[in-house]
Amino acid sequence: METFWFVVLISTIIIYAVLDGYDFGAGIIHLLFAKKEADKKAIHQAIGPFWDANEVWLIAFGGLMFFAFPVLYASIFSGFYLPLMMMLWLLIFRALGLEFRGVVNNTLWHNLWDKAFGISSLLLALFFGAALGNVVRGVNLGGVEVAFSKYEAHYFFTPLWNENFSPLAVHEGILDWFTVLIAILAVITLTIHGANWIILKTTSSLNNQLKNLIPKLTLIMGVLTLVTIYLWITFLDGSFKNITSNLVLFIFPITAISGFLILMFIHKASNDWLGFLGSTMFIVGGLATTAAAMFPVFLPSSNTINPDLTIYNTGINEYGYAMGFYWWIIAIILVVLYFIIQHKVFKGKLDMADYGHH
Amino acid sequence: MEEALFFNRMQFAFTITFHYLFPQLTMGLSLLIVYFKWKYLRTLTEEYNFAAKFWMKIFALNFAMGVVTGIPMEFQFGTNWAKFSELTGGIIGQTLAMEGMFSFFLESSFLGLFLFGEKLLGQKLHFLTGFLVFLGSWASGYLIIATHSWMQNPVGYEILENGRFVLTNFSALFSNPWLMPAFLHNQFASLVTSSFVMAGIGAFYLLNKKHAAYGKLFVKTGVVFGLISSILVAVPTGDLMAKNLIKYQPVTFAAMEGIFKTEQGVGIALIGQPNIKEQKLDNKIEVPNMLSFLTYQKWDAEIKGLNEFDKSIHPTNIAGLYYSYHIMAGLGTLFIGLFLIAAYYLWRNRLYQKKWILWSLMACIPFPYIANTAGWYTAELGRQPWLVYNLLKTSDGISPTVSSGSTLFTFLGFIGLYLLLGMLFLILVGKIVYKGPETIKK
Repeated sequence: METFWFVVLISTIIIYAVLDGYDFGAGIIHLLFAKKEADKKAIHQAIGPFWDANEVWLIAFGGLMFFAFPVLYASIFSGFYLPLMMMLWLLIFRALGLEFRGVVNNTLWHNLWDKAFGISSLLLALFFGAALGNVVRGVNLGGVEVAFSKYEAHYFFTPLWNENFSPLAVHEGILDWFTVLIAILAVITLTIHGANWIILKTTSSLNNQLKNLIPKLTLIMGVLTLVTIYLWITFLDGSFKNITSNLVLFIFPITAISGFLILMFIHKASNDWLGFLGSTMFIVGGLATTAAAMFPVFLPSSNTINPDLTIYNTGINEYGYAMGFYWWIIAIILVVLYFIIQHKVFKGKLDMADYGHH
Repeated sequence: MEEALFFNRMQFAFTITFHYLFPQLTMGLSLLIVYFKWKYLRTLTEEYNFAAKFWMKIFALNFAMGVVTGIPMEFQFGTNWAKFSELTGGIIGQTLAMEGMFSFFLESSFLGLFLFGEKLLGQKLHFLTGFLVFLGSWASGYLIIATHSWMQNPVGYEILENGRFVLTNFSALFSNPWLMPAFLHNQFASLVTSSFVMAGIGAFYLLNKKHAAYGKLFVKTGVVFGLISSILVAVPTGDLMAKNLIKYQPVTFAAMEGIFKTEQGVGIALIGQPNIKEQKLDNKIEVPNMLSFLTYQKWDAEIKGLNEFDKSIHPTNIAGLYYSYHIMAGLGTLFIGLFLIAAYYLWRNRLYQKKWILWSLMACIPFPYIANTAGWYTAELGRQPWLVYNLLKTSDGISPTVSSGSTLFTFLGFIGLYLLLGMLFLILVGKIVYKGPETIKK
């Protein structure tokens, strides 16, 4: 049952990354590339009906973690207290940028909320990347200092950075060269993903420019990915033996590589959905590979005294899991149904559709 | 540790108080908008559809505020109350995760369709999406109050050796006797807020002599829904909640009513200040024997005072609890009175000329918010010093690794951010209200 909930939880955060990922990416493109009012408007219309429902996947992720692995939820959320709080504030600003912009018809007002939306999207992409880096790298569980645990074995507190900005130092920080590298990788990946969504859902004048930009960004993304994997294996005793010992799991890296190849040659493709498929495959494949490599660990311990947080030492009783299974199955069927309805109604290019309101 | 506990409590209290200003309007207003859409489908009078569209604009802003201030609530269980989450996640994690999976997806998916999809969907489907948004928001309220009810009256659990709670009976979470009265009490109270907002804005249009046709519709709808819901808040739901308190938390009941010593034939205090030092109410004005009658239907029934219970289980803030409860109950009574008078004049067809009632309705817009907030303070202060009643102390629930300095920093951050949010919200809603409903068919 623990393994089942591991898969549910990881799937939830991957779906969140794919869905809200294009919102972040659209925000980054809005900030860096969209100059004309018509293009800005098109980007708003491309994510307007969806971003709210997309963000629910993050809430669902939090709720499911709270339910299925309460010890992990308690440990991670309190241990990463400061960055999480800042992330919450950024999420608030981004939502304001989207919702408050249209209420007043004034250029200065529009510019203000456009910047709020764009900058918070960029910073959120960085934050989520750094968060992934922290989870992969591990933390000083129990707050060990000179072979003595300051806290219970499953608690920790990570400051924003350490003196050396290094993941190898005794006390790690949220930001070090490893996590910042992954943060930059996340920004580039989501920029590509957002560009694909804009190409798919709008007829904006940016589309051609974005199509030419994507292969270049993809190349950088590929290089950064290889560097990250190299560092993970070399310095942080990362291991892919889960994957090498179970050939079925090869599907994840293969998915990511296929996505990468699609993105490299996207400017030659005539189908708009192909690019979005490519970046989706890269994100899903990349995150699933990471999760598969780490299984059954959620959060590695960087010291030798306290054990890693895994699916076995952070969960609940069998009865609770069984009850959760019943309602989760019903809920997920409904969620898929809503999703289909939503995307059927808002199909095609949204900046051309006149759906009234706003 | 004391300081950390204090800042954690302040931050949670502040963020939840601010957050709940928005869902209480969302839950009630969604029902009123669905009512307008339904009237439009039945009568095909364009006025109802314009009314629905006007309120949807306010609803959309209000909903967005609820969402952005709601996400920090779910995170704070883990960030600030990690020990509580670790120990009880196996139980309240169920209801909170269900809220995300069942209600938030429903609300957010169909809100997009409801706000943007009228032309694409046609009127009947558009009505349906509005109804589903309403359903989602009420389901959310239900699951939150199921969580709340478990904290007030824990059921269906077992405590392991390491102090962690595990679930042993899932259906007990929903058959908890605390749940239904509290849920309905809360939902009707949110309808009171929405009715006041609607009637108040209608009154503003009538007094301002702009959009008078809509002013009349809003005042009428607000007064009718307001009268019904304000009565239902008191009887039967409020009454049932009081009976639950006597049964499960008699010490809370005593503190709320300001009864320090056990007596027979107890009066109900209308006015009076708790004097904790001398264990009595100062300047008391009371209706004699009324509390005994309301509680046990006997004029001389005995009611247990705080002196019957050990000091260690007394609510930690007796005065705060007493005032919260009296503000809630006092305002609730005034609301019924005002709506009764307004409904009488509505029936005699003289309401729209009665300036003093219109003024009162308009001036009253903030008060249901105060009453709702005071009601929640009554529930939460009443449970102290416990997080899980009789089982887990609030002081044992905070995050062990987060320093008081970190919490103070984020608390100040929330104050600043929410102040900005609140101002922007009021300005933008003010703009929508001033512009008024559209009256020309596009």
